[in-house]
Amino acid sequence: MRELTYTQALREALTEEMERDPNIILMGEDIGAYGGVFRVTEGLLARFGPERVRDTPISEAGFIGMGVGLAMTGKRPVPELMFMDFALVAADSIWNQAAKMRAMSGGRVKVPMVIRAQQGGGRGNGAQHSQSFEALFTHIPGFKVVLPATPADAKGLLKSALRDDNPVMFIEHKLLYNTKGPVPDGEYTIPLGVADVKREGSDLTIVSYSRQLLFALEAAETLQQEHGISAEVIDLRCTVPMDVATIVQSLRKTHRLLITHESHASCGVGAEIAMRVMETAFDELDAPIVRVAGLDVPIHVSKTLEEVVLPQPSAIVRGALRLMRG
Amino acid sequence: MSLPKDLLLSMYECMALIRAFEEACVQLYMEKEIRGSFHPCVGQEATAVGACFAINPDDYLTCTYRGHGACIAKGIDVNAAMAEMLGRKTGVSKGKGGSMHWTDPSIGLLGENAIVAAGVPIAAGAALSAQLDGNGRVALTIFGDGAINQGVFHEALNMAQLWKLPLILLCENNFYAEMTPLAKSNPLAQVADRAKGYNMRAVVVDGNDVCAVYEAVREAAQLARTGEGPTFIEARTYRLLGHMIGDSESYRTKEEVAAWRERDPIKRLRAHLAQAEGVTDAEFDAIHARVNRQIEAAVQFAKASPYPDPEEAYTDFWI
Repeated sequence: MRELTYTQALREALTEEMERDPNIILMGEDIGAYGGVFRVTEGLLARFGPERVRDTPISEAGFIGMGVGLAMTGKRPVPELMFMDFALVAADSIWNQAAKMRAMSGGRVKVPMVIRAQQGGGRGNGAQHSQSFEALFTHIPGFKVVLPATPADAKGLLKSALRDDNPVMFIEHKLLYNTKGPVPDGEYTIPLGVADVKREGSDLTIVSYSRQLLFALEAAETLQQEHGISAEVIDLRCTVPMDVATIVQSLRKTHRLLITHESHASCGVGAEIAMRVMETAFDELDAPIVRVAGLDVPIHVSKTLEEVVLPQPSAIVRGALRLMRG
Repeated sequence: MSLPKDLLLSMYECMALIRAFEEACVQLYMEKEIRGSFHPCVGQEATAVGACFAINPDDYLTCTYRGHGACIAKGIDVNAAMAEMLGRKTGVSKGKGGSMHWTDPSIGLLGENAIVAAGVPIAAGAALSAQLDGNGRVALTIFGDGAINQGVFHEALNMAQLWKLPLILLCENNFYAEMTPLAKSNPLAQVADRAKGYNMRAVVVDGNDVCAVYEAVREAAQLARTGEGPTFIEARTYRLLGHMIGDSESYRTKEEVAAWRERDPIKRLRAHLAQAEGVTDAEFDAIHARVNRQIEAAVQFAKASPYPDPEEAYTDFWI
């Protein structure tokens, strides 16, 4: 199978869907003439023109608010947040408007808008350019939330997001853009809300998503090689809808659960997964669930500090060993 | 006031209908039939009617939580609107939106909004949609003087002018942002000056003169439809009731309110129609009787309608 980068896979999804559906309109800061700071939209201006690949002023609240108006009148806007951190600038447009418009109208309107953003740390971008907000989007109802970890998933999930009639928050990771992986030829989509077993194992289940999934796979390899422990690794892929069934199915085999994500631990997605597992499969658990997540402090710049704040593969290995003793 | 008599009479009846609707809601609120937030637009009927009569049925509209007048003038079903006020299943939003979220895409109404200025970028988005489709539609967004100090207002004005969007920005300047007087919330000599910073065409009209509002919006719509871009209209008006039911109104004097009552837009149009067009008291009585019957019927319809079933908490959300 051919190999593409995460960036190329995303661009291919955008291109194919824009060819298929003339209502798809991209908008954002430096996405057109400049090609996007992470190059995802490179070449799309030349291909689709300035009306569909629209460079905007630095006005996240304004252009996402306009996205709501576009979506309510038949378009499929795809506003891009250059950094996820800027979602807080646009919070009203996102959570008071897009997320609630359908419910407030009693179902009379829909808002088929896909917000694209990249998030995460690991590159020394500091406290205002490294945050992960999937928990915010999972907490406030109204958005489907997608966090692909591989190029193939990025393409298939983005294509599904662009065909979904609900608002979708499509979350990329800045350190995944240059990763490479096999991507199928031809047309395919991946349904939203279906987790994927990325590595089979029998001793414990590790649930993760986005870049942290790569750390989970690295940790699983270390566990196998150095400790003879067989970890099953599940890629949640979406936090809304959340596929708990796939996790529970794995637990019927392993009976031990470790959840790891880069974002802050408190009230994070891990806490929600743990609660849902307890509610639906408490009897399957042979040990307390272990969580390996970001520290509850802002994300510092210096490498030595950032690596403390954000959970590294070694932390997952330590957590897994604790879980196996438990 | 040089508009055709038939149009003036239609606008008069619509203004009377809005007044009667809001007064009925005040009563229903006191009787605890209406819950939550209700911000009556009594006194501001001329801006709503003048503006909405000047655009087409398929043009887009966003407005604020004080937007009942605009929605009624745009053609919302009054029975469904009243049922919404009472939280009934037959309401325009099935009882889920209430007073501040009337939405009806069939008349171009993209929603009132409970967040000050949030409707402005939504209307700009609808205007962009119309521009992309080349369908000749315009978007009208109505907001208060409080909205001009919100960030998203400025972002939307900037993009609307930058891209020459077919957008009409109508500021109902009622001189109070909630309870704060205009002079305490911004340093401008006049609200319309806000548009200068965006190189946007701006006009000021007497918002209690329905014809002045109509003509200003009609001209703005004409310009918007022919690619001339947005217009900012400051319509000076006054809300004769408090910001919401239960407002102490400690921030303004009884004399000030009384002076504005003299400029009541419905009284003014009536005086004009009587003097210039010879409309008789009997004709006015017939209009008011018709309006009152319509509102009574709406209240009856709403009260007779069922509440939503508990299961409906989950519906009309995900697709």
